Amino acid sequence: MTAGVTSKVIGSAGELLAHAYQMELEAQERYGYLADQMEMHNNADLAKLFRELARVEGIHAGDILEQMQGMQVPQINPLDYKWSGSESPEALDMGDMHYMMTPRQALLLALKAEQNAFEFFDHLLKSTDDEDTRRFAAEFAEEEQEHVELVLKELKKHPESDERTREDMDPPIQQE
Amino acid sequence: MNIQQSPNFKASDYKSGLTPVWCPGCGDFHVLLSVTKALAELGTPPENVAVISGIGCSSRIPAYTNCYGFHGVHGRSLALGAGLKVARPDLTVMVMSGDGDGFSIGGNHFLHACRRNVDMTYIVMDNRVYGMTKGQPSPTTEPDWDSALSPGGTGLSPFHPLVIALASGANFVAREFSGDIKGSTRTIVEAVRHPGFSFVEILSPCVTFRPDERQWKTQTHAASVEATDDPARAARRIMTDDGFNVGVLYRGRRKPYETHVSDLAGDPAILEEEFAV
Repeated sequence: MTAGVTSKVIGSAGELLAHAYQMELEAQERYGYLADQMEMHNNADLAKLFRELARVEGIHAGDILEQMQGMQVPQINPLDYKWSGSESPEALDMGDMHYMMTPRQALLLALKAEQNAFEFFDHLLKSTDDEDTRRFAAEFAEEEQEHVELVLKELKKHPESDERTREDMDPPIQQE
Repeated sequence: MNIQQSPNFKASDYKSGLTPVWCPGCGDFHVLLSVTKALAELGTPPENVAVISGIGCSSRIPAYTNCYGFHGVHGRSLALGAGLKVARPDLTVMVMSGDGDGFSIGGNHFLHACRRNVDMTYIVMDNRVYGMTKGQPSPTTEPDWDSALSPGGTGLSPFHPLVIALASGANFVAREFSGDIKGSTRTIVEAVRHPGFSFVEILSPCVTFRPDERQWKTQTHAASVEATDDPARAARRIMTDDGFNVGVLYRGRRKPYETHVSDLAGDPAILEEEFAV
């Protein structure tokens, strides 16, 4: 199942902040897992890339936590977040990973996750009349767009023409 | 800041610091996420949960949780789990297995765990292959799955876990897809809360030896019928199942097994005598 890209009804700025904070925490955690996986499978370049993405998401989560100061922010249980999909929009699908994946393939997955996050906030911005909610949604959409541009900039360093498929000298399936 | 406080836990409270060695893309990563989210939703403290497993890729999961755990003997996870639950009924016991561990060497334990109806949850991560030992066909592998280790396929009818569970008396029967983390989480929560033996098969792709299973993301679909408490109706539904229906199939009303031994902290031999039926 893919992450949801549209927000269902979010009723207040506090609820939006709770969702945004959770989204960044999950993205940070997910990129961290992917970095761990790549380290485990000796793919150092990708481990470094995912670790950097996790760091950026962590900074963003910290910023949102500061914005929560003085706000009424609800505590939300794991099944009660209003993602339209199975997971938060910015959580990269771990099922799309492969131990032989290239930096370009990894960046394309990250791009999709960041675009999903942008669309989540952009959709909310266009569908709510609450002024505070709109203000935060606009700010977060802009930040996610910056992340999209960051990934696009990285992608330029790994053009399709330079793509080299990694070779496994001892592949798991040896068909006769 | 005024976050409205809740006594509940976060999913991360149930994770250990160990890095899983599963292959990137493995569905078992998703199952680990679903289990920890379910425990957070249930709000059970980690020290009141025991995660028991057998042998195989999926059975590594106790080490990746922060709960009590036992990485047991091949195929014997249910025996361990049942013994623990009877001796310590206050614990939430979750038994985790794979299709090889659970349905081949552990197949007989599966039948009798369903029959005994001890109050615990059995989650089987089914990838239809022995991944840890490099890709042999398992009891749930399709008969025509052609590989270097099974040229032309085994030709054997696959084991149908939900049919067997229902026929053997499991009190809660469900199937989920690992990639649907929310759906799996919801079903695991319900399985733990349901009294008696709850069985959840989670289709969990092995992307290394069964790359074709990446398609499960699009092949799985919500079952078109509601869960039932009538085993006959559930049986009729499962006989027309395409293998990719997900959701709860059966919620039974059988009374869970209860021991007649009052002093559970006493001589374990007394408990063993009663249980060996």
